[in-house]
Amino acid sequence: MLESIFRELILEHYRKPRNKGALENPTVTVSMRNPMCGDEIDLMLTIDGDRIEAVGFTGQGCSISQASVSMMTQGVIGRSIDAALDLEKRFVALMRDDEGASEDRKLGDLRALQGVAKLPVRIKCALLGWNALDEAIKAHQKSPTGAMGEKLEFEDLTELPAGFDPATHKDDLP
Amino acid sequence: MSAPKTASQADSLPAELTESPLDIDAIRAEFPILDQQVHGHRLVYLDSAASAQRPAVVIRTIADYYTKDHANVHRGAHELSVRATRRYEDARGKVARFLGAGRADEVVFTRSTTESINLVSMTWGIANLGPGDVVVVSEMEHHSNLVPWQIVCERTGAEIQAIRVTDDQRLDLDHLDALLGSGDVRLVATGHVSNAIGTIHPVDEIARRAHEAGALYLIDGAQAAPQLPIDVRAIDCDFYTFSGHKACGPTGIGALWARRELLDAMPPYQGGGEMIEEVRIERSTYAAVPHKFEAGTPNIAGAIGFGAAVDFLQALDPETIHAHEKRIARLVLERLADEFKAITLYGPAPDVARAGVVSFTLADIHPHDLATILDHEGVAIRAGHHCCQPLMRRLGVAATARASFYLYNAEDDLEALVRGLHRAQELFRV
Repeated sequence: MLESIFRELILEHYRKPRNKGALENPTVTVSMRNPMCGDEIDLMLTIDGDRIEAVGFTGQGCSISQASVSMMTQGVIGRSIDAALDLEKRFVALMRDDEGASEDRKLGDLRALQGVAKLPVRIKCALLGWNALDEAIKAHQKSPTGAMGEKLEFEDLTELPAGFDPATHKDDLP
Repeated sequence: MSAPKTASQADSLPAELTESPLDIDAIRAEFPILDQQVHGHRLVYLDSAASAQRPAVVIRTIADYYTKDHANVHRGAHELSVRATRRYEDARGKVARFLGAGRADEVVFTRSTTESINLVSMTWGIANLGPGDVVVVSEMEHHSNLVPWQIVCERTGAEIQAIRVTDDQRLDLDHLDALLGSGDVRLVATGHVSNAIGTIHPVDEIARRAHEAGALYLIDGAQAAPQLPIDVRAIDCDFYTFSGHKACGPTGIGALWARRELLDAMPPYQGGGEMIEEVRIERSTYAAVPHKFEAGTPNIAGAIGFGAAVDFLQALDPETIHAHEKRIARLVLERLADEFKAITLYGPAPDVARAGVVSFTLADIHPHDLATILDHEGVAIRAGHHCCQPLMRRLGVAATARASFYLYNAEDDLEALVRGLHRAQELFRV
């Protein structure tokens, strides 16, 4: 069970996160904090039209939140907004343990996080970066240029993803 | 890594450390919840600083009250109400004796330590603080003894200042003197035992210095009352607060002790039934203390369970519980330091006044990951900022893992923690 969560690939991303560091001139910055556990990230994106040109992040957190956001940046840099939102949808499905989600090849390395789906109390860790991405894209869509330079701050109060059924995870609930 | 020490090597320890002064097996037998498996392992509960467990006698007392005697209190028109009132007021007497208070009517039942502190800030604070006045807290406070003072300072124009924490993680009393030196301090409010790192504060010394400077002294005793002998008159504080659920009692019940003349002078906290004497449309007169502060039907069963809990602690003897805590804290600190090269232990050294609350980090393993791994070994710990964000900032960490040892914990629990931490190192390839 624990081996399926703390996998080599996750530890590798935790210790050597990709794209960690602040961007020079992001078009949107979202700060996402989980006030319950103290995990926090600042996610910076440079979006040009429909394309995510660059992504960087700073902050600190557990292996699951850090590995998840690190892998997320790899998955969305150079992609369109629609592709990023599609990846987010696939990742949430993985966390919900949806049928077939663990076989979804489009998730790439992110599939290493599938074990977290069996650990409801830690799912919010894996989603922290994705919730930041979601807010960043929403802010961009509302104001493609106006969000520049202004940091948007959020408290991530998500306990479990929408549609998550605790009944199917009874053994893992605290 | 040095060779692991086991119980068989206990003869190398000082005499007072060879055996707990408590009969741990007998105590465990009184806590039905401890007799269970978690993730296939014996439950090792090391999170009593967040909430302790209850002995069967507390659970039985509450069930017995609801089974035989429940009615509303202080109505007195029938037998059940008389019985309920008597049990409720008996519980107040037990809590008063437990705190060393001179009189039962100096104890107000609240929901929790948090509510006790808010009661003082919203009544005494609003009535007595103003621009130019200072409330002194410390960098080590639980948020519950910090945020209420921020709120009241914002309302009244008073200022909040904090006693610094020394490098050896105690309160800097010289800094307290410097703060008191302004002559503007109306209240000093500190914990008694740090819930995050286990430091025991010299409360009688703080009381003396606060009073010399003309300030009152409030103590957040949430972490202390469960494990130290408390004597509010010997400490000579003005307000003492604690919660039932950390002291083997129910959740949702706490106590505020204050000197009678302070309570008499304080305006009511909430208005409603129970707290009145005579009510007219325009105005009312209030009941005498403590009922003036207990508006509405109180948590009767909670208070009665609280009474049973302090009786339980009293029977074990708080002095003995404290000796057990000191012993186990020292064993834990020494064992963890010996066993794990990559461990950072927080809080004062083992030979300094400290409780069995042990905060640590291990290599680069995040405390939440440690908690998840230990949980799968049956070991319950807390990870996070422990509601002490200013202290975490002072220590330069975002979070720590915290194992809190209480009166039902012994060496086998320590060994389970050690095994779990080895497992974490193995998973993280440390």
